[in-house]
Amino acid sequence: MITVLQPGMQASVQDHGRPGLRHLGVGLSGALDRLSLSIGNALVGNPPGAAGLELTLPPAQLRFESDCLVALTGADCPAQLDGSSVGAGRAIAVGAGQTLRLGEARAGARAYLCVSGGIDVAPVLGSRSTDLQAHIGGLEGRALRKGDRLAVGPAGLPASQAALRANGYAGAAPPAVVRLPQPGGAIRVLPGPEFEEFDGAAREAFLQTAWTVAPQSNRMGFRLQGPALTRANSRDMNSHAVFPGFVQVPPGGAPIVLMADAQATGGYPRIATVIAADLWRVAQVRPGGAVTFELAGREQAQGASQRQRRYLSRLQDGLDAHRSQR
Amino acid sequence: MVPVRTYWASETAAVLDLEGEVTLERQRRIWWLANLFRELPGLREVVPGMNNLTIEVDPLATDGARLLEDLEDGWQRSVAADTAVRQVEIPVHYGGGAGADLDVVAAHAGLSRAQVIERHTGALYTVFFLGFLPGFAYLGGMDPRLATPRRREPRLEVPAGSVAIGGSQTAVYPVASPGGWQVIGRTDTRLFDIERDPPALLRPGDTVRFFDAGSGS
Repeated sequence: MITVLQPGMQASVQDHGRPGLRHLGVGLSGALDRLSLSIGNALVGNPPGAAGLELTLPPAQLRFESDCLVALTGADCPAQLDGSSVGAGRAIAVGAGQTLRLGEARAGARAYLCVSGGIDVAPVLGSRSTDLQAHIGGLEGRALRKGDRLAVGPAGLPASQAALRANGYAGAAPPAVVRLPQPGGAIRVLPGPEFEEFDGAAREAFLQTAWTVAPQSNRMGFRLQGPALTRANSRDMNSHAVFPGFVQVPPGGAPIVLMADAQATGGYPRIATVIAADLWRVAQVRPGGAVTFELAGREQAQGASQRQRRYLSRLQDGLDAHRSQR
Repeated sequence: MVPVRTYWASETAAVLDLEGEVTLERQRRIWWLANLFRELPGLREVVPGMNNLTIEVDPLATDGARLLEDLEDGWQRSVAADTAVRQVEIPVHYGGGAGADLDVVAAHAGLSRAQVIERHTGALYTVFFLGFLPGFAYLGGMDPRLATPRRREPRLEVPAGSVAIGGSQTAVYPVASPGGWQVIGRTDTRLFDIERDPPALLRPGDTVRFFDAGSGS
C-alpha cells in the first residue's frame, strides 16, 4: 500500500493507456511522458507499461506501508526518503513506514514514481490509466487526493535492503544508475495536413515563436500563447480522428498541442504534428515555460522513434545483465 | 465518382478523406472500409470520422506507402456496409433544470418549447460515428430548423446524459464534460458504461429516436 500524503498540483495513476478504442470515443490516456514511465518501470523490474504515478509539479509526499522497490524518473526533483536524499534514475529500496518527499522540480514538470509490481488499481478497458476527461480508470477516474491509498501488485524483484545490496542496487554505483534523457530543445514536428492553408506569415510565426505554455494547459492539451495564427482558407472541416501530438489551431489562432487525454475526434485545422519521439519533451514543459518547433521529415521522425526504442531495449538488456551477474 | 484524397496526417495516422457532401451511403462505405483494416500488422486504431477514415499504425511495423494505396483501392471497391440496423429509443426529460437552454433553441427557431420537443422527437437519427468523448455519437438527421449556434461561453460542466444541440447537430453527453452546446434535456439512459461489453450503447449505423419522458426538473 502507498498512502498519498500530498499529491502536488496533480497526481494520477498512469500506464501506457488504452489504444484501439478511439472508434468508441475512448482516448489513449496514459503517461504524458511515456519514455520516463518506461525507464522507471525497467529500473524496478516491471514491464514498460506497468502503472506508476504521474506527479505533476511537486512538492508531493507518499508513505509506503510495505517494503518495496521504487524509482523516480522524469522531472528533476530533489527527493528525500525519511529526510535522506535519494537520487532519480535508479532503484531505491523503501521500507514499510517510510515517507518519500519530492521537492519542487529544478527542471521538467512531471515526475514518475514506479514501484516494483506496479500500482494495482482495477484495469478499465484494458488499462489502469486515469482518463481525467472521461473520468475512467485509475482511482475512481480522478486525480489523487491527500489520504488516498493505492495497492501495489506482486513485485518481480526483491525489495528488502539486504536482497537489494546482493543485487547490486544499493548506493549510487553504476551500472544500476541510468542517465536520464534530458528534456529541452526544439520540438520536432511534421507539417500537418492543413499546414499549407496557413499564410506564409502564420507558418513562419509558428516556427519562429518561442511559445508560452498557458496555465490552463492540462493532460488533454497544452494551450500555447503567442501571435495569433491565421488560416488563409476558412473552409469548414469535417470531424476526423485526432491523436496526441496533433497541433490544432482553433479560430482564435492560439495553437493547442493535444496530449494523452485528448478527445478521440476533432475538427480544427492541424498545422503540425509533434513527432512521437519528442512528445515526452512537450510533457516536461511546465506552465509558463517555452516551446519552440522545428520542421522535420517522416524519415527523421521514424529514425528518432527507432533510436528511442533501441535506447529502451539497451537499458533493459543492461539492467537484465546486471541483475543476472549477481 | 467521389473525389478522394489519402495522406499521412502525422507520423502514425493515415487518412482517407472524401470531398463533397456527407451522406449515409458514403458513411456506410466508410464502415465497410474500416473493417478491411482490422487485422493490419502494427495496427493501433481504425477511426471512422465524418466523410473520412483514419488508420493509426506503428510506422515501424507497417509499409507506409502501401497503406495509402490500400486505403484508396479499398475505397474504390467498397460497398455500403450491411450493418444490422438497430433502433435505439432514448427517453428525454426536456426543459426545466434538465434542459436549461430549451428556451434559447425555441427563441432561435421561432418555435414554442412544445414545437421544439415535437421536432426533436419527430426525427429518425442515424449514428454516423463515435468520437469526442467515450460513447459520444455524432447523429445525422436533425430537423434543420432546430439548428442553434453554440453558447458563446462554454459551460464548465455539462452533466452526463445531457441532450444538446450544437450548430446543426444533436447529441447526448455520455459523461460530464465542459461543453458549449445548447442543453435541451437529459436522459437517464447510459450511453457509456465500462461494465458493459461493448461499453458504448450506440454504434455506427444504429438509428436513434428520442421520446418525451416528461418535463425535466
